[in-house]
Amino acid sequence: MSESREEIPVQRPWMAIAQKVGTPILSAALAIAIGSFIMWISGYDALAAYSALFKGALGGPKQIGDTILRATPLIFTGLAVAYGFRAGLFNIGAEGQLFMGGLAAAALGVFLVGQPWILVVPALLIASALAGAAWAFIPALLKARIGAHEVITTMMFTYIARYLVSWLVVGPLKAEGQIPQTEALMPEAQLPRIQGLFSEGALEAFPFLNLGRAHLGIVVAIIVAVIVWLILKYTTLGYENRAVGFNAFASETAGISVQWTTVKALCISGALAGLAGSVEVMGVHHRIFDQFSSGFGFTGIAVALLAKNHPLGVIPAALLFGALSAGAGTMQLEAHVPQKIILIIQALVIFFVAAEEIILWFVRRRQKEAMSHAG
Amino acid sequence: MPVLELREVTKVFPGVIANDRVSMTLERGEIVALLGENGAGKSTLMNVVYGLLSPDHGEILLDGKPTKIRSPRQAIDHGIGMVHQHFMLVEPLTVTENIVLGREPGRFGIIDFSDARAKVAALSKRYGLKIDPDARIMDLSVGMQQRVEILKALYQGAGVLILDEPTAVLTPQEVRELFAVVQSLVAEGLSVVFITHKLEEVMAVADRIIVMRGGAVVGETRPSETDAIGLARMMVGRDVVLSIEKGAATCGDTVLDVVELQVKDDRGLDAVAGVTFNVCGGEIVAIAGVSGNGQSELIDAIVGLRTPSAGSIALKGVDITHASARASIEAGVSHIPEDRHRRGLVLEFDLAENLVLGDHRSAPYASHGFMKPRVVAEMARTRIADYDIRTPSEKVLASSMSGGNQQKVVVAREIGRDPELLVAAQPTRGLDVGAIEFVHKQILAAREAGKGVLLIRLELEEILSLADRILVMYEGRIVREFAGGEADAETLGYHMTGGGGSKLDEGAQTEPAGSAPSEGEVVR
Repeated sequence: MSESREEIPVQRPWMAIAQKVGTPILSAALAIAIGSFIMWISGYDALAAYSALFKGALGGPKQIGDTILRATPLIFTGLAVAYGFRAGLFNIGAEGQLFMGGLAAAALGVFLVGQPWILVVPALLIASALAGAAWAFIPALLKARIGAHEVITTMMFTYIARYLVSWLVVGPLKAEGQIPQTEALMPEAQLPRIQGLFSEGALEAFPFLNLGRAHLGIVVAIIVAVIVWLILKYTTLGYENRAVGFNAFASETAGISVQWTTVKALCISGALAGLAGSVEVMGVHHRIFDQFSSGFGFTGIAVALLAKNHPLGVIPAALLFGALSAGAGTMQLEAHVPQKIILIIQALVIFFVAAEEIILWFVRRRQKEAMSHAG
Repeated sequence: MPVLELREVTKVFPGVIANDRVSMTLERGEIVALLGENGAGKSTLMNVVYGLLSPDHGEILLDGKPTKIRSPRQAIDHGIGMVHQHFMLVEPLTVTENIVLGREPGRFGIIDFSDARAKVAALSKRYGLKIDPDARIMDLSVGMQQRVEILKALYQGAGVLILDEPTAVLTPQEVRELFAVVQSLVAEGLSVVFITHKLEEVMAVADRIIVMRGGAVVGETRPSETDAIGLARMMVGRDVVLSIEKGAATCGDTVLDVVELQVKDDRGLDAVAGVTFNVCGGEIVAIAGVSGNGQSELIDAIVGLRTPSAGSIALKGVDITHASARASIEAGVSHIPEDRHRRGLVLEFDLAENLVLGDHRSAPYASHGFMKPRVVAEMARTRIADYDIRTPSEKVLASSMSGGNQQKVVVAREIGRDPELLVAAQPTRGLDVGAIEFVHKQILAAREAGKGVLLIRLELEEILSLADRILVMYEGRIVREFAGGEADAETLGYHMTGGGGSKLDEGAQTEPAGSAPSEGEVVR
């Protein structure tokens, strides 16, 4: 048997990792390079812009805190989209599930008064996850039962969620006063700021702990990312999720219910997006209003793409996007480069990550063609 | 001088020689039938001619001139038209709109339909196609849609028309009409290449028959010089007899008991129309039949992928008629699916993940919802050794393995599970001789171990050498049963194609007198 041993490319673990990490890093670098070219032809000083951007995003503990603050919801929405992708589902409506999660936290947080922090916060997080899952459940059911495409249905549900919140904050849930928003959460329903956990003395001794507005949501986000990673890697749930995502027919043949897996995957995706809403409500605004999310659900798609749908990759990807948006203000202020340039850089990052997928897609299609002709 | 000549055309796909130095000619006004099993390379060859694939070696001569055809567009410009098995028509558009699609007449972006319409009508009349130029495609029958495709090729000026399995989608009535159309085309000086694997069609319509097997031309003949049985022999080939040594069947308890089973296909028609048979332990029962006679639906029902509409299935006395695929696996049914890439493997999974597929939720590979990667890896290494899967480790992706090795993975998983019943559909299709031998050995070993084996195979060689009992399926029914040693390929082929009772009885007029099978391919 040894004489006919086939040539199979042996993949060393480090090579596989380098391959996985290589493209996103290269994409980000290319995007930044092209971004500076765009600034240059637009008559801006790219070097000044990037150094201001860097300063605004990572220049000090407060700035790092701001980056973390903006990355926190993106980790959740990135995980949400990535988990769906792993089952072959494109949950484009993470924004809607985020709104429902935020709504659940804001609405319940007002009622759960007089209970200790340690009960209220987990209860609100769970409630928002359930709300996000529930919001994804109907599109999931439609997908599983009649094949309605989740891109359409989850998107439509996003509109419903947004307008529902718009209505609630001017109507039934409106707080006293002129502004259309809900009542503020009690302190025991809030996710405290990280710097608030330390004494004045500790903050003076260790100034890097002075993370500004960054709140404990980041810790929750990282824990959840690890849990999602473990689910995908070590549980039958994750195994079936991946199997269906790769090949629904083989999964069906192996006795996996494709419909049920689809429903579970979209609901888990929705739950993760719902958590993004609650950390924004509980950690940042302490209430919900119309504009409480700056499109985190949609940026989550970009985060998942950049992370190549790897739950742990979502963390650095979200931090990159968080840093870009945290530094944008300083960039505009100090280098007079419009903030919108950040959107171009974000788009370029995604473009280059996607470009690799496009090339690979063509390669795979050619291979498949060859196989089908040979078969 | 032939209008079309191929010289030594060779097309290689990774791991497979699809066309091996194929030479052929096509004369003006001639109908050449390209006959062969599925995968014999007929369609590949014609896709080369039509510019969809480029040959690795050899040349194509048109009217004696060597010509490079790089795209269908160039093929059309050279007067070659092709009607594919799947039509390429835009359903909501009219016949004329479809025909001019891609080269709309007119100027400044305004299409001049009146001219095209008149031309379409004239062509339709000339060749007796009876097509209304203003009819919408979606209102036309499949047979008429096919004529629109032919009309399109004629409109584009085709002198050579390639028809790829044109009768696969047609009713017997439509088949006869198609033959009449083809005759009128050649009467007008066109040349036709007719790809098929149905013997009786070849006998009815062809002037000359070129038989392909394994990518090469194995013979050329004329309907007057041969008969269906002779053609079947050429198509299957006699030189690849795999001799298998096996002991007599030791029939134990009944493993599978199928009673009066009826199963509907995707269109809601009765694909399996009342089938009763059993398989006992230590026995290989083979189902022989032309593809599309209900075998696939029968397998689907047994393995839980399709719900029967009537009748019952029992495994070792336990009713599994309505069992899901999962319940059926857990009851002890293993399934080597017909299409391993589609149903057998998750190509993006590594070997270990593929080897545990289907058992991934049960002990010892998982407990309380958690997988046990170490147990899975250990099992995978054992299977790799036991089933001679050639790989450096269990972490290699299934997609990077050869077809033979991939099939070994499926076989290892399904037999390694130690089932009561093994349903093996086309278990050796596309494999090389060594891998075929290996799979045969494993199936025989399962039989020796007292398992029931249900084998579905379109290739009669394999059925004849492996089966203890052969059931012939035709039009959803079991029409004959043979003991293993009792049958030969010709007899089987005769019954598989409805010899004795055929739906094509009224089609007798298209058959030359004395030809035996009346419909369908004998062997694929």
